[in-house]
Amino acid sequence: MFMAQDLACLRGDRLLFKNVGFELKAGGLLYVLGENGCGKSSLLRMLCGLLMPEQGAVFWGNKKIKEDAESYLPNLTYIGHLNGLKDDLTALENLQISARLAGNDVSSKQALAALTAIGIARCANLPVRVLSQGQKRRVALAMLWLTQSQLWILDEPFAALDVASTEVLASRLGEHMSNGGMTIITTHQDVSISALTTQTLRLSA
Amino acid sequence: MNIKWFKYSSPQTFYPLAGKMIPWFAWLAVVLAIAGLYVSFAIAPTDFQQGEAYRIIFVHVPAAWMSMFIYIVMAVWAAIGLGLNARLSAMMAQALAPTGAIFTLLALVTGSLWGKPMWGAWWVWDARLTSELILLFLYLGFMALQSSIDDPRRADRAGALLALVGVVNVPIIYFSVKWWNTLHQGSTINMGVAPKMAMTMLLGMLLMALAFWMYSIAAALMRVRCIMLERERSADWVKELSAGGKS
Amino acid sequence: MKTAWTNAWLTVLKRDLLLALRRRSDIATTLFFFVIVSSLFPLGIGPEPAVLSSIAPGVLWVAALLAGMISLSRLFSADFTDGTLEQMLLAPEPLALLVTAKILAHWLVCGLPVVLLAPLIGLQYALPNEALLVLVYSLLLGTPTLSLIGAIGAALTLGVRGSGLLVALLVLPLYIPALIFGAGAVAASQHGMSAQAHLSLLAACSLLSLVLAPLATAAALRISVE
Repeated sequence: MFMAQDLACLRGDRLLFKNVGFELKAGGLLYVLGENGCGKSSLLRMLCGLLMPEQGAVFWGNKKIKEDAESYLPNLTYIGHLNGLKDDLTALENLQISARLAGNDVSSKQALAALTAIGIARCANLPVRVLSQGQKRRVALAMLWLTQSQLWILDEPFAALDVASTEVLASRLGEHMSNGGMTIITTHQDVSISALTTQTLRLSA
Repeated sequence: MNIKWFKYSSPQTFYPLAGKMIPWFAWLAVVLAIAGLYVSFAIAPTDFQQGEAYRIIFVHVPAAWMSMFIYIVMAVWAAIGLGLNARLSAMMAQALAPTGAIFTLLALVTGSLWGKPMWGAWWVWDARLTSELILLFLYLGFMALQSSIDDPRRADRAGALLALVGVVNVPIIYFSVKWWNTLHQGSTINMGVAPKMAMTMLLGMLLMALAFWMYSIAAALMRVRCIMLERERSADWVKELSAGGKS
Repeated sequence: MKTAWTNAWLTVLKRDLLLALRRRSDIATTLFFFVIVSSLFPLGIGPEPAVLSSIAPGVLWVAALLAGMISLSRLFSADFTDGTLEQMLLAPEPLALLVTAKILAHWLVCGLPVVLLAPLIGLQYALPNEALLVLVYSLLLGTPTLSLIGAIGAALTLGVRGSGLLVALLVLPLYIPALIFGAGAVAASQHGMSAQAHLSLLAACSLLSLVLAPLATAAALRISVE
């Protein structure tokens, strides 16, 4: 179970949001909605533990993530605004390294399978520098076919994706939720994702 | 904006309190400084070796004490601010830095003023002077880091970490400089230790040190009040304050 | 658990070395900087061998200090802009451990070449053989401290405007002990004394910074990424 209680976020002296709370159970999907600049990304970073909340706390199970990062972080996959890819490495190398850093020792075969799943296998051995924005995004998202973590936090995963990859990703998310996973996403696209429970959180400035 | 400014509650109550304390410390500083200067310039005997020029140590030594002491106090406030996420302590650390830097500069200037008649040179690579110079660099680094980060929370925490790193390094730096100095020059030049510490001299130095203390507290409180207003301009209590137009 | 830590540590080390290999010009820049700075002094001072050999320890150490410092900006800033730093912060392994892998990679790429090149420059400064050997030892023991302490400064100034100059202001005063002991070691051997004490103190500095600097760097990275 993943829970946030009474979160508030202050950037500079501007209050982005306050009193934000939710509870997410296995198989649950949470949409975070709001206009640009209302703090969606900040909220996601806060849920990962990258940003310290001004007020309130985030819980994994019944422990605060700040106090028990060791049991929280192995269960978390976060894909933010930045793809987390090295321009000088190939797509395959990038993916393998990211997976290993997340404590997940994958073979190049498995990594290639993940790239195939999101339809970008033919770029596997190209340096990421030469890929387009959408292709880079897909390389980053290929992590979702390798990770075993239960909680996925995705910031605009559908941005820059074409129609086909959007569908592939949506079905992968649905699969994750049907296996008891949890997902928190922000998105501007209208994509249908199947989940046991679907919640919406609207941030207002 | 209706957020519970629970972490801000202490600045809100501290602001008027600080305002009331400033005149007390300022006046104490003035009185003690007058007494200290009187003792050092009128009562203390002329040194048989160094003549009248030695009297500058009545400013130099207390200033050097303060420069080091303030750095430690600053690091303690910074550590509290970092550990407990307490804004007021981080603001205190920020407010102390310029005062510490001023005392370091004062110690350097008076040191070189003393050096001229003693050694015939404005600057001598004496271990204490060199350490003071490095301390000045540490203060400047702290202030430069804080002022170049826009987000006040990040500025506080980054500055605090730097102050802590500095405080761990200060003894190492001091030791290494001292070692370097004895290797290269021998210990012929020994500044700061007065030839004969007469009772009146000690009294003069203590009075001056106390005066500097009071000045530091008053200056830091004044500065922390400014920082509070600037940081919390959107808080209700600051708005009320500016609307009321009272101090 | 422990093997997972080792795996992640090796992954970071290998990745950074691989990246350096694909950007070889970066290594060369640091090295050229070191060579140029240390070649400027004789031009400013004059070619007198006695003078040159007496200033050599200080000049070579200061040049190594500056070369190490200018390469610091590369330590975390690329990771910061492409998002891999964020992923490193979210890795299940302790951040301070992964930071040591990055610092080691940085030292192998920017520090070690300077150590290896230093005796050649020392020859230009008319340093005797024993002093050249001590120079290599002192740099070998001292440059890791520079990378370790420098990492704190690099982490604190991430994404800050004017970070290149700022990092100099923060880090150079902290480099002073390493400079004193390092240059002192070479000078001692030049004067026919034992450099043992200097080298021991240098090693002590390196060990102390190995224990404390990664923790401080990890804390600084968390502050800066926020």
